[in-house]
Amino acid sequence: MTEQTSEINQHIQGAALVEDTSSPILRLTGRAVLVGVVITLLLAPMSLSGYGLFLLSLWAVTTIAVQGLNLTMGYAGKISLAQASFMGIGAYTSTLLIQGAGMNFWLGLVIATLVCTAIGALIGFPALRVQGHYLAFVTLGFNELVILVLRNEDWLTGGPLGILDIARPSIFGFSLFEPARFYYFCMVMLALVSLAMWYMIRSPWGRAFKALRDNPFRAESLGLSTTTYTLLAFAIGSGLAGIAGAMLAPLVEFIDPQSFGLQRSLIFLLMVMVGGRGTLAGPFIGVFFVILLPEWLRFTEEYYLIIFSIFVILLIIFFPQGVAGIGPYLQKRFSGDQKNEAS
Amino acid sequence: MSDNGQKKPVLEVSNISKSFGAIEAVRGVSFDVYPGEILGVIGPNGCGKTTLFNCILGQLKPDTGMVTLKGHDVTGRSPVKLAKDGLGRTFQLLQVFDSMTVPDNLLTATQAHIGTVFSRLFKQPDLGLRDEVNHVIEQFRLGHLTREEAGSLSYGQQKLLDMAMGLMSGPQIVFLDEPAGGVNLSMLADVKDRLLELNGEGITFAVIEHNMEFIFEVAHRILVMAEGQVLMLGSADEVRQDPKVIEAYLGN
Repeated sequence: MTEQTSEINQHIQGAALVEDTSSPILRLTGRAVLVGVVITLLLAPMSLSGYGLFLLSLWAVTTIAVQGLNLTMGYAGKISLAQASFMGIGAYTSTLLIQGAGMNFWLGLVIATLVCTAIGALIGFPALRVQGHYLAFVTLGFNELVILVLRNEDWLTGGPLGILDIARPSIFGFSLFEPARFYYFCMVMLALVSLAMWYMIRSPWGRAFKALRDNPFRAESLGLSTTTYTLLAFAIGSGLAGIAGAMLAPLVEFIDPQSFGLQRSLIFLLMVMVGGRGTLAGPFIGVFFVILLPEWLRFTEEYYLIIFSIFVILLIIFFPQGVAGIGPYLQKRFSGDQKNEAS
Repeated sequence: MSDNGQKKPVLEVSNISKSFGAIEAVRGVSFDVYPGEILGVIGPNGCGKTTLFNCILGQLKPDTGMVTLKGHDVTGRSPVKLAKDGLGRTFQLLQVFDSMTVPDNLLTATQAHIGTVFSRLFKQPDLGLRDEVNHVIEQFRLGHLTREEAGSLSYGQQKLLDMAMGLMSGPQIVFLDEPAGGVNLSMLADVKDRLLELNGEGITFAVIEHNMEFIFEVAHRILVMAEGQVLMLGSADEVRQDPKVIEAYLGN
């Protein structure tokens, strides 16, 4: 009896209170991969062409937007098919302020982010009433609405042709025109956003978002306002799309309405699902598979889409938690089997 | 609690009614709960017990009546507000956060009571409640499960976790909806022990239960409901011997 008790106590003391169900091996592997990826990314400009750097920059920018969707959908459990339109609002707002009104780049980026955050919070209101498929349709409608406005208000947005020749910014007089410099700018922004996301998810807010997803009814009875956290999830998620949009415009150097259409929103959704919804690593992996994999599969030419589709279907069937969920899934299965044998 | 007469009730429920269309689920129910007692609520299926709880706890708005917590009118407040006012609860069906670990479930259960929404963003992940969480985990004998996700626990273990969550924030009174429902015998003893232990520490409970043996053993007073009304309110012995109760519910 006393032995048992002390064993239990050991478990209690050894247990990390913050969400960490992974085994030490899994955690070590995760850290090793993280360090490897960071070093590779830091050294990438030495060996990559301009196009390679462009793709990696696009990966970073898209990952910021997908982290936002992962918060709204993966952690808080509210589906959104409007993420691309928020990227569009961010891109147009910042471009119009910087290019049109001559505003400083950073100020433009901040205002674009705030605009997206505010509109995101508004879009959160329907989510208080409707769920699942219905919410998907509400957000889908919003995405189409934004595209219509961008396309039809020529006087402001340049209409279907969009805005051309968007300049890359300077930071403290240091021009980011060179691909390698803009690449590092993207990486720094990605790192900052990711750190903020990591901090928020392990804070009490992270638990509140997950509680909202797992069981909103119970969350309410424990005093957690589902209203507050639903609106926060939409506001912050959309704000991140705004940052990404303000970075995408100078990266691609041109924007048009069609780049922010429903199809892009669906691709963002796919990225969240493939990477692993509700995980910190998920967006990085999901965006990697959807943006960078096609480049390496170029030798397969027209078979690429078939290969990619088969990959996604197999993944959803065997690992519905996405690529980031494979490790924990295997670990759980493995340790689960051990438990069954023992009992 | 023998001296109920002298104490002020922690919760006063008066004349609560609730209809769904033509069905009167609860009809003018009144009762008091005194500090430190366990009040049992029994009655046949469909007699309005859960509806009554939901009216008190803000999940439903009562058509008539008033709920008073420590002298303050709390009728019709939202569940979020009532939780912050100090009403804890569990549900008939299990309500834990499946994807979170046991400690995270417990922290989630109490974090709304600490600081404001925005200040919580800048607090430690465990809110400085490590010791408290560990104490509760130990008290509920969940120590060997701290790394497990709640969804992977057995039914009985989830039931205990659910109850622990209802208690985490130190509520004035805790409403349990069928704590013994669907629990196996050894776990039932566990649930009973926890309930009595916590009551011994001074926590007040209102408990809906179908397991008569269980409720007669733990409750100080029992409220019997039938067809949406209070049939009687008394001690276990009074209830057991009351002809109306035997006829309506217990049988012989």
